[in-house]
Amino acid sequence: MNTNKKYKKIIVLGSGALKIGEAGEFDYSGSQAIKALKEEKIKVVLVNPNIATFQTSKNLADEVYFLPVNPYFVEKIIKKEKPDGIMLSFGGQTALNCGLALEKKGILKKYKVEVLGSPVLSIELTEDREKFARHLDKIGIPVPPSKSAVTLKEAKISAETIGFPVMIRAAFALGGQKSGVAHNQKELEEIVQGALAISPQVLIEKYLHHFKEIEYEVVRDKHGNVVTVCNMENLDPLGIHTGDSIVVAPSQTLNNEEYHGLREASRKIVDSLKIVGECNVQYALNPNPTKNPDGSIRRLEYYVIEVNARLSRSSALASKATGYPLAYVAAKLALGKGMVEIENKITKKTKSFFEPALDYIVVKMPRWDLDKFKNAEEKIGSAMKSVGEVMSIGRTFEEAFQKAIRMQTGQKESVTDNGFKNEMEMKKFLSFPSPRRIFAVASALQKGMSAEKIHSITGIDMWFLERIANITNTENKLIKNKKLTKENLLLLKENGFSDKKIGQVVGKTEFEIRKTRKKLGIFPSIFAIDTLAGEFPAQTNYLYLTYHGNHNDVESIGKEGIVVLGSGPYHIGSSVEFDWSCVHATLALKKYNKKSIVINCNPETVSTDYDMSDRLYFENLSFETVADIFEFEKAEGLIISVGGQRPNNLAKKLSKEKFKLFGTEAENIDRAEDRNLFSALLDKLKIDQPEWQSFNSMKEAMTFVDKVGFPVLVRPSYVLSGSAMRVCYGTKELKDFVGKASVLSPEYPVTISKYIENAKELEFDAVAQNGELVVYGISEHIENAGVHSGDATIVYPTQRVYASTEYQLRETAKKIASELKIAGPFNIQFLFKDNKPYVIEVNVRASRTFPFLSKAMNVDFPEMAIDSFFGKAKKHKFIYPKSVLVKSSQFSFSRLLGADPILRVEMSSTGEVACFGKDYDEALLKSIMSANFLDFNKKSVLLSLGGDLNKVKFLESAQTLLDLGYTIFATDGTADFLKKENIECKTIKKAKETTPNTISLIESKEVAFVINLSLEGSPKNLNNTDGFRIRRATVDNQIPLFTDLHLARAFIKALAKYDIDDLEIKSYKEYLD
Amino acid sequence: MQNNKFTKAKLYLKNGETLEAKNFGSIKSVAGEVVFATGMTGYPEALTDPSFKGQILVFTYPIIGSYGVPKKEFWESDKIQVSGLIVSQYIDTPSHHENASTLAQWFKKENIPLLEIKDTRLLTQKLRDKGAMLGKIICKKDIPYQDPNKENLVAEVSTKKIFSVGTGKKNIVLIDCGTKKNIAESVAKRGVKVTVVPWDTDPTSLSFTPDAVIISNGPGDPTKATATIKNVKKLLQKHIPILGICLGNQILNLASGGKTYKLKFGHRSQNQPVLEVGTDKCYLTTQNHGFAVGTIPKNFKEWFRNANDDTNEGIIHQSLPFMSVQFHPESTPGPTDTDWIFDYFLKRANIL
Repeated sequence: MNTNKKYKKIIVLGSGALKIGEAGEFDYSGSQAIKALKEEKIKVVLVNPNIATFQTSKNLADEVYFLPVNPYFVEKIIKKEKPDGIMLSFGGQTALNCGLALEKKGILKKYKVEVLGSPVLSIELTEDREKFARHLDKIGIPVPPSKSAVTLKEAKISAETIGFPVMIRAAFALGGQKSGVAHNQKELEEIVQGALAISPQVLIEKYLHHFKEIEYEVVRDKHGNVVTVCNMENLDPLGIHTGDSIVVAPSQTLNNEEYHGLREASRKIVDSLKIVGECNVQYALNPNPTKNPDGSIRRLEYYVIEVNARLSRSSALASKATGYPLAYVAAKLALGKGMVEIENKITKKTKSFFEPALDYIVVKMPRWDLDKFKNAEEKIGSAMKSVGEVMSIGRTFEEAFQKAIRMQTGQKESVTDNGFKNEMEMKKFLSFPSPRRIFAVASALQKGMSAEKIHSITGIDMWFLERIANITNTENKLIKNKKLTKENLLLLKENGFSDKKIGQVVGKTEFEIRKTRKKLGIFPSIFAIDTLAGEFPAQTNYLYLTYHGNHNDVESIGKEGIVVLGSGPYHIGSSVEFDWSCVHATLALKKYNKKSIVINCNPETVSTDYDMSDRLYFENLSFETVADIFEFEKAEGLIISVGGQRPNNLAKKLSKEKFKLFGTEAENIDRAEDRNLFSALLDKLKIDQPEWQSFNSMKEAMTFVDKVGFPVLVRPSYVLSGSAMRVCYGTKELKDFVGKASVLSPEYPVTISKYIENAKELEFDAVAQNGELVVYGISEHIENAGVHSGDATIVYPTQRVYASTEYQLRETAKKIASELKIAGPFNIQFLFKDNKPYVIEVNVRASRTFPFLSKAMNVDFPEMAIDSFFGKAKKHKFIYPKSVLVKSSQFSFSRLLGADPILRVEMSSTGEVACFGKDYDEALLKSIMSANFLDFNKKSVLLSLGGDLNKVKFLESAQTLLDLGYTIFATDGTADFLKKENIECKTIKKAKETTPNTISLIESKEVAFVINLSLEGSPKNLNNTDGFRIRRATVDNQIPLFTDLHLARAFIKALAKYDIDDLEIKSYKEYLD
Repeated sequence: MQNNKFTKAKLYLKNGETLEAKNFGSIKSVAGEVVFATGMTGYPEALTDPSFKGQILVFTYPIIGSYGVPKKEFWESDKIQVSGLIVSQYIDTPSHHENASTLAQWFKKENIPLLEIKDTRLLTQKLRDKGAMLGKIICKKDIPYQDPNKENLVAEVSTKKIFSVGTGKKNIVLIDCGTKKNIAESVAKRGVKVTVVPWDTDPTSLSFTPDAVIISNGPGDPTKATATIKNVKKLLQKHIPILGICLGNQILNLASGGKTYKLKFGHRSQNQPVLEVGTDKCYLTTQNHGFAVGTIPKNFKEWFRNANDDTNEGIIHQSLPFMSVQFHPESTPGPTDTDWIFDYFLKRANIL
């Protein structure tokens, strides 16, 4: 690296759509990097098709390209933009892999683009497990005995040499994908085959049973100065992916020898790699070290298990946990600065060369959504399955841990709320790692099982078990003695119990407990995170609540403050798009000279960055916490409509306390959310809706179904992202499903509605002021209704919608806005059938499509919402769009063993991308390529079309494929049909039959993509059907899969119109101009 | 299970404030200087560091006791050196393979109080803003305040007899002003013999001529160690290589004609950044001192400087092998970044 060089233009690669293993943390790191570069007056070009990210906002990078992060497109962008530097470490594995490929192909050299930060050779070294193991061995750092293999046979031999159990990992894979522990030959075969499907190489290593897993986040500058910003300890022992582990920072059970021994090893490693920027080192630490070969006592026995020479999820967590702006510093270091030159942004008094001293404990807890995926395995292990995470801060483990439990889903008040039917179920969940294990641990402790026994089963360190026992003992005491003296109540609060939980135990409401608590003068203290444990006076705005205090670090902001509630953890249905709205709304408050007070608990967000708000509370979005903060701050009011459904759910409770809510009144929000009130509202306004009814008994339900006829859509009220929603096509299916759904939500009745088939779905997003529309946009689903709007492919402007339809939509929206006196953001989902609109849902809050529409229309919807709160919103004049924007969903099925990769009413995508194009076809193609690895060089496809109608409707597309020179492989029924229609194709045997069959065809990776359409109304959740096997094999081999007729047809039409070379390389600004 | 057995106690500060506390240690009233330390691990090492003699220590890391207390061989001296300890949450259920007793058992055995005061952050902020303060822990009997800096603490904590650590042809004298064990061990590890002598021993009067002399860390005001300063002057005249550590830095400075002063609240942490003057190198260090080098003596130059507050972190002679550092190259507790200081010194002393 040329350290004295002044860079003019730098290209930064983003991570694309959110997926399991690569989520919002890279929005945070990329945004910080861009800001760091802008400070140096360097022009920044960003490549990231993730439309919902903050980093792709207009005012951050100079040019943004909503294009796939792959060598093909990045080369084109480099050729056009002529940057002199490239940053690869801020966009996760996606950016890194793309960068390495560009380097390998000589493209960076050709265009004279310098890789900034850590040397490419070092990055490559860390990515090749075998070479890296040799490297570590050479510098005296222990690695687990291991061997690499490129074939199953080699893998078997390696495993036998090392001895079972062995850990198998796929090289070059995200978040431990396809790795696992094998205890025998059979397990080995399964895992190795899976791993080799996605990676050319597997690593077989000694499985370190019940070792501790410890991580260090290390920063090094060009002078060789090194700091370890943070160390972290996994509560779960080795074997569970760190992304799926409960993690604490700093480590709790390490003594000085271990803490600093591993720190020294980290320094040695980053020094040997000449890292410039950030690096993460993961260790396995033996809790009971074996003796040295000479019989002497060994104080420290460890192995390095992984090194990531880039910003990672852990580094985002470390950054949020300590207040050290890792990504910002890493970007400055990549420019050749030394750490001593960079000011500590938090204290403003010290330098970036320091290691934060914490005077609190941080607990990170993953958020899983495994129940959203039918048939997905409940077990967790060395491959990551979680979709998000929360971070909590406390002065004791008990306090932070209980907070994290409440943050994780918003559904549980305590680790003792476990919902186990009986002791047997509890013991079952104790026996293997799963999202429910920690609840089984608490339940076992509460029921008197010894911590030692639990330790021997789970490998969780006794320290953590004793802390959890302290929680369960405290609860047991309360169960015995329900009297709430000041001393008792304070102890409960110190140990992290919520008012609601205490209320549940003593038989009172959370409001009653709150009242008692306030009367007794028990309030949380407001503590600041200052990176130096109070050693220096620092003006920090980074806060948390604790009951272990007698003072507040800050004074109330008062009336000029406005509280903005964030979205909580990312999960299916609530992702980075809500953080985007939250951040934009927060920033817009400046216009009105208001001080923003953000509350959020998601470390992967931009909203929790130190420089986004005037005050940040890293806290839960529960009524209790929000009310405590609001009352302390004496703020003017709260904004609950920009963080998705979670904050929106607080409307009733907050307004009951007479807190001022900006925007639509709570009562009117309820009229949109409560199905009965909502239905009455639509009836009153004479707006059509699919026929529906709530019911409590099956008999009632059947009477209704007889009347409207199947299919019907079944769901509980307060639906979030389609959880527990299902289309039923027959009586048996309905009965089976209702048995399940009613258990899910006893507080609300289950409803069924007529499911309108073959209807179009449209999204209406808007901002209103005093019940009047000020801005709106209409976008269209490419798939028919029946695919969850979060999974659907969406296009703006609409392509197949009459002007008169749009007019009807607008008039309907006007009526609703006026009736509900909507102020601020809202979204209406419409069905359209036979030219007749039906309203299916109104969300009186910012929706998932807000960033998409804001960017498409070049209007900041959240900012307009803020304007509307102050009565200053001006009506937006509609401008005809010059381009088309298409959003595609990103699925993470390949991470979820057993899950059926098919689109349905329940949402299952983990992220989204969107690309601009000169027309619909071009935008669609780019968008699909951004979420899938589409290989234009492969000229064969696999078709498996269920149902006669699907076959007929696909005929034209099949002909197109043939015309484009594709070889069509088709399953027998499909092949028969195509041949009859004179479309040439090759019949391929079903999955169950002998090879070559569909599965071997897919595994050979010969096909460019697979189209698998199921018969409407056929049971979609059986995992033994041919269709399932085809779909599963397709995603497992990372081949694009289409399961929707309309999308498949649109895709093929686009393919016929554009070859890859025809796709425009234009920046966002160029599309707007 | 968590032990909830405690007695009530109070912490009094000289400025008139009183804080309620739970005492998990010995029921004994003690007085001293209240100071805080921000290290997050290594409490057994810190508590046995003689530099803490006479002080009531507040750990800013709130959860203490988690891995218990190891056997004596892993301590930095043979006993707990602090007069009293204050933590936010005391953990009585330690988990560690080296754990030999709980922290409370240890404190009881050594007859020292161990207090739990929830809001140690508030206490820290007070000590930061007002400076290190005299204080007393009162269990039953009231006792007067006592300023440890007015005493010769070095004499109290120093070894009474001469002993040696390690073997080797070269013999290095370590003047024990309150040394941590790991200084002798770090040097002996490099294949030399270390002879540990009391603080007021004149190394030139020993039966052998030392190949080099190390002045250890120690508690309190360096100007109280007059005998050591006098003896170091002799060493300087005889050109015997000298390495000063912590208090040793101040003593070398005073012996060479420099001056020292008292810091407002001192450096007691494991994350003190020091710059090697004239280079781009920066290290993280463990520190534990309340006094610092003010004026640098003639013929010496600044070797290290604190990156946070620009205070002196070490001096080195322009030409002769006389050098000293304010931080702890032997670490324990803390980062091992500056372990190389021992190699450098021994090389300059022509020993390695």
